[in-house]
Amino acid sequence: MQLRENAMRIVFMLAACFSIVAVFFICFYLFINGLPAIAKIGPMNFLAGMEWAPSNNLYGIFPMIIGSIYVTAGAIVVGVPIGILTAVYMAYFCPKKIYRIVKPAVELLAGIPSIVYGFFGLVVIVPLIQDAFHTSGNTVLAASILLGIMILPTIVSVSEASLQAVPDSYYEGSLALGASHERSVYFVCLKAAKSGVLAGVILGVGRAIGETMAVIMVAGNQAVVPGSLLHGVRTMTANIVLEMGYATGLHREALIATAVVLFVFIMIINLSFSALKRKEAKA
Amino acid sequence: MSNMSEVKLSIQDVNLYYGDFHALHGITMDIKANEITSFIGPSGCGKSTLLKSINRMNDLVEGCKITGDFLLDGQNIYKDIEVNTLRKRVGMVFQKPNPFPMSVYDNIAYGPRTHGIKKKAELDQIVEEALRDAAIWDELKDRLGKSALGLSGGQQQRLCIARALAIKPEVLLMDEPTSALDPISTGKIEELTLKLKQDYTIVIVTHNMQQAMRISDKTAFFLLGDLIEFGDTEMMFSTPKEKKTEDYITGRFG
Amino acid sequence: MKQKKDRVSFALSLLTHIAAAITILCLLFIIAYILIRGVPNLKPSLFEWEYNTDNVSMMPAIINTIIVVLMTLVIAAPIGIFSAIYLVEYAKRGSKLVKVILLTTETLSGIPSIVYGLFGSLMFVISMKMGLSIMAGSLTLAIMVLPTIMRTTQEALVAVPDSYREGSFGLGAGKLRTIFRIILPSAIPGIMSGIVLSMGRIVGETAALIYTSGTVAQVCTNIFAPGSTLAVHMYRLMSEGLYTEQACAVAVVLLVFVIVMNSLSSYLGRKLVKG
Repeated sequence: MQLRENAMRIVFMLAACFSIVAVFFICFYLFINGLPAIAKIGPMNFLAGMEWAPSNNLYGIFPMIIGSIYVTAGAIVVGVPIGILTAVYMAYFCPKKIYRIVKPAVELLAGIPSIVYGFFGLVVIVPLIQDAFHTSGNTVLAASILLGIMILPTIVSVSEASLQAVPDSYYEGSLALGASHERSVYFVCLKAAKSGVLAGVILGVGRAIGETMAVIMVAGNQAVVPGSLLHGVRTMTANIVLEMGYATGLHREALIATAVVLFVFIMIINLSFSALKRKEAKA
Repeated sequence: MSNMSEVKLSIQDVNLYYGDFHALHGITMDIKANEITSFIGPSGCGKSTLLKSINRMNDLVEGCKITGDFLLDGQNIYKDIEVNTLRKRVGMVFQKPNPFPMSVYDNIAYGPRTHGIKKKAELDQIVEEALRDAAIWDELKDRLGKSALGLSGGQQQRLCIARALAIKPEVLLMDEPTSALDPISTGKIEELTLKLKQDYTIVIVTHNMQQAMRISDKTAFFLLGDLIEFGDTEMMFSTPKEKKTEDYITGRFG
Repeated sequence: MKQKKDRVSFALSLLTHIAAAITILCLLFIIAYILIRGVPNLKPSLFEWEYNTDNVSMMPAIINTIIVVLMTLVIAAPIGIFSAIYLVEYAKRGSKLVKVILLTTETLSGIPSIVYGLFGSLMFVISMKMGLSIMAGSLTLAIMVLPTIMRTTQEALVAVPDSYREGSFGLGAGKLRTIFRIILPSAIPGIMSGIVLSMGRIVGETAALIYTSGTVAQVCTNIFAPGSTLAVHMYRLMSEGLYTEQACAVAVVLLVFVIVMNSLSSYLGRKLVKG
């Protein structure tokens, strides 16, 4: 009896350690396969190189890093204001009846597969931009709008949760001083929840920078630094998916190295997210 | 059954700490078989803490440390008895009724099944006996398959008593068993407790001094982790030896 | 009489309502668009058993998807549930091990699916010599959905009242019996809602599967054979550029599945809250 209790305790513990093992293996395989390539190409040539031309042995991923940053920044501009305002609406403006519709709607928005978003972007957003600006529709703009929609649910749900956690007394205190509902909500409650809201934004940034399938459908995927919102762009994720199928040798390793860079970006984002969450938990 | 004057449980110089907090100070007392002993005192005096140590429920609390001895029929409960065996011998009824989210039958059968009884006929008999002992058989005999969560609070608590009785304990610990109940249910449970003392040794923690007077043979008064006074219930409520006891039972504080 | 709002308040209120409306309209527009364009393309021929270039049937992909979902859950669910049991029922709060587990779980949930795909391809497909296969794909996805299952199970276990635990221990039941007979049964709706959520992710996943389970549009013959799931199938139809109508039909199927899974998940979640 005691033996079985102890044996199962160890089984549970081993299961719990699985995620540690998984992270270890992911790092191990990416770094073992990616770092030698960076060394061979030269870190500067790799990270800051402007030319990505595998057939000429040029492996500069600077355009892709910039590409990822551009579309992510675009997604923030599109998604963050709408997301935060929607969260405020859900937490403070929305009648219970409507909440019961909005909440599942946001969850559903999070559940739509990225390939479906990509399809939607390709057949709706891209032609719209094409018609409006008389250029190719596969642009930074298209990717930003699509990603902005895709990160909405992340920002909304994290922000809403932290707004719900703001004590009612703050709101009541502000009302009691004669402030309007709107002023109380925005200048007191939203301010109190700001680290949670910021955490939501960061999580959204992580989603945007890591998104692959939707982006390759609408971004054009040219491996050059885009000159404007209406130029095509290739992200790091797109670089991997597009060329992994046929790449060999150093080319293939360079793609894995791209994933290493992406992974480092994500780790930085993750760490700042958990730091913020801890700060929120303390406050 | 055991002799009336036999000591069932002996508590010897027990100190209990929650981390740095010294919750019980050198408690020593003997609890006799087939008697009802009540623990009274204001909130935070340590009465529930002591009760929970008797079947080692305090093991679940992180940072809880106990010194001193509890002897059940002379056996040290922290050394000589395996904890699950101890809890089979010393049953417990909690402050809030806590039936499991399953049928009435399965609730009662959970304990016996835990201790290895699998035969349907035997379980049927135990369930009926336990429910009869808890004076709730007539109310529930047609609802054995229904969820226990649908019962009223008073019925739930008597179900929990029946559940504790089903494993045939020697001692029954009751932690303010009526504090969440209405007066009628409280009356039923008190009546039941009086009946049960023929077969069980009962220790009951109560906030309600009238309840202690009505049902218990012995009463122990605790204050801030000290056992102030312990003796016959009648004596204690008529002529308390300690000034603090008198102040408490006459309602000057608490 | 209601006081007239000042200008700032009025503007804020207006902006809030507009933003919420945009969010909802985005969703409605996407769903309506896909349904209106896709439903007319849902021809019975798309559900025929055989896939060929004349008839890009999605039936093989549907079957592959079901297989991948089942295999992934068979791997991930026990590990995820057991981990959560360890974290909630056994581990001391704030111990070093718990901190590391929580940190790595959080890391796993942030890793983009293409990185999972690349990792799966390096470890399972190449290093462990599984080749492009349903097995490699399922293993990759299992790691990917693990954090979701862990988190939802943890929440469900924490929500089980301590009085159930006390009641069971008080009757002399051991820890295992308490966990398997009392705690897990009460937590099942919450755990199921997490599993259903994971099913949604598995079905919708593309990037992690292209280089692990491959893009072959045939029913996999065994678990070490390649086969594309529905989402990968849709990607292939789109990237070939010839089958937009059919891709739209696949999108409808994916969307319907996600809607069903989401409602099921939140229904189960509500059931847990009610107890």
